[in-house]
Amino acid sequence: MAVVRPFDKLPALNSAAVLLVGSDESLQQKLAEAILKEKKNFKISIHLATSLPLPSERDHLRPRIDLIAFMIDIKSKYSLKNVEASLAHVDASFFLGKVCFLVTGVGRVNYCSVEMNAIWKLGEVYCSPVLYCELELEGIRVATAQRLLRMLQICAGHIPGVSALSFGLLMRNSADE
Amino acid sequence: MDETVAEYIRRTVLKIPRDEIKSMLQTWGFLSETQLQTLNFHQTKDNISQDVVQLCEDNSADIKQAAVLDIIYNHIYPNKRIWSVYQMNKTGEETDFFDLTDFKKKFKRRLQSALKNVTINFREYEDNAIWIRIAWGTPYKKPNQYKTSYVVYHSQTPYVFISASVLRSTLPLLCQALVVASNYHDIREMELRSHCLNSLKDIAFKRYSQTFQTYYPRPLQERNVAPENVDLRIIQENRSEKERIQRVNREVFGDGPQPKLEFAQYKLETMFKSNPKMDVLDIKEPFRCLVKFSSPHLLESLKSLAPAGLADAPLSPLLTCIPQKARNYFKIRERKGFFPGSFVSP
Repeated sequence: MAVVRPFDKLPALNSAAVLLVGSDESLQQKLAEAILKEKKNFKISIHLATSLPLPSERDHLRPRIDLIAFMIDIKSKYSLKNVEASLAHVDASFFLGKVCFLVTGVGRVNYCSVEMNAIWKLGEVYCSPVLYCELELEGIRVATAQRLLRMLQICAGHIPGVSALSFGLLMRNSADE
Repeated sequence: MDETVAEYIRRTVLKIPRDEIKSMLQTWGFLSETQLQTLNFHQTKDNISQDVVQLCEDNSADIKQAAVLDIIYNHIYPNKRIWSVYQMNKTGEETDFFDLTDFKKKFKRRLQSALKNVTINFREYEDNAIWIRIAWGTPYKKPNQYKTSYVVYHSQTPYVFISASVLRSTLPLLCQALVVASNYHDIREMELRSHCLNSLKDIAFKRYSQTFQTYYPRPLQERNVAPENVDLRIIQENRSEKERIQRVNREVFGDGPQPKLEFAQYKLETMFKSNPKMDVLDIKEPFRCLVKFSSPHLLESLKSLAPAGLADAPLSPLLTCIPQKARNYFKIRERKGFFPGSFVSP
């Protein structure tokens, strides 16, 4: 099965597609619904996958993916492993600002079963921002949905003057300080 | 009335939830209906228990009657104790007619000849179950009513459910008495334990829903795949994979609710296998370790692991064989023989 590439398809007019990859399907579904509830002036499609590579039989139906969000649950080692295995199936040019790591479960650090260092390193190695959140909480879920939506707009090129790459660099600088 | 009997009745009443005290006393049937009417059930439990003791005093209750109340309580709340399943074996094929009075007589005689001081109570229930309560003593000591053993025996089956006393030394004697009384040859523990007596019965009597069918016709398969995504903007990429997981899960666990178990324990006595070049841990000693799974409802949670995306489907047969093998305590040893790898000891 094929690697996901950011530029192998032509973009559709006034639309954007986000791909959520994570093993916890109920959280994925909740986040997707939260994203849909937000007001926006473009057509969005949200693709949910438990892992990569994506099944090739649906390749022709899939639009160009503008942003991939890998979801990691700090309560589940399996979710981190799953993400690490999936990363191999992403084309390198995606990592120029079109990937982010969404770390959930941050509200319950005492149940943490993955090494936070490993997650932090993941962001470092793949040059992608790491967003910490708690998707079980309604308020934070909405805020996360808004953040993702804003990033998606940038990655899809809807914001004049800001590209995915420049935005990614901006995030990196603020994180390093 | 004996002071210890009064105290025992008082404590037993205190254990019962307040709104069930009346019905349990009625089931007990030791106090007459008119006596029950004099009781005020709207006061504190402490006061109720005092009043009950007073009434029992009038009827001059002894420990036999008090024990019956305890059986009634335990029959309604079997989940307060931990139960273990035992299986008995016969050598010959002869089928004896089960005689209850004979069983009781032999059982009592066996225990009393060994210990003298022992309180034994029987109570039959409509599902062919005999509940036996045993309070243990020694030839020189009175039976301890607070450290009882419970036995639930279904006379038509070779299975016995024992909730052992904290006095561990009494267990061999109890097993012996059971084997003798029920005309069996020997008894062995099945390594199946839980708080939920009914689930243990379901597993031992193979009453839980089993699916032997490995092939489901197509239309049946779609049954549970509800149209979750009404919104067309959310696209499931792994739909076929999800269907596979559901199918595999149904093959392994079946459709019905799972029996309730709280633990599964695996004792590993396998060798540590490492790369021969690395030269670490080149020890011939087994690598001992103990893996415990616990959950309020273990099998149900195992069942939902794969659909929730927390584990790969199918799960390891070590986890899914629990109801089929009717055991939840395992010892995993190195396979002695041709193949490297581990297996479950029988």
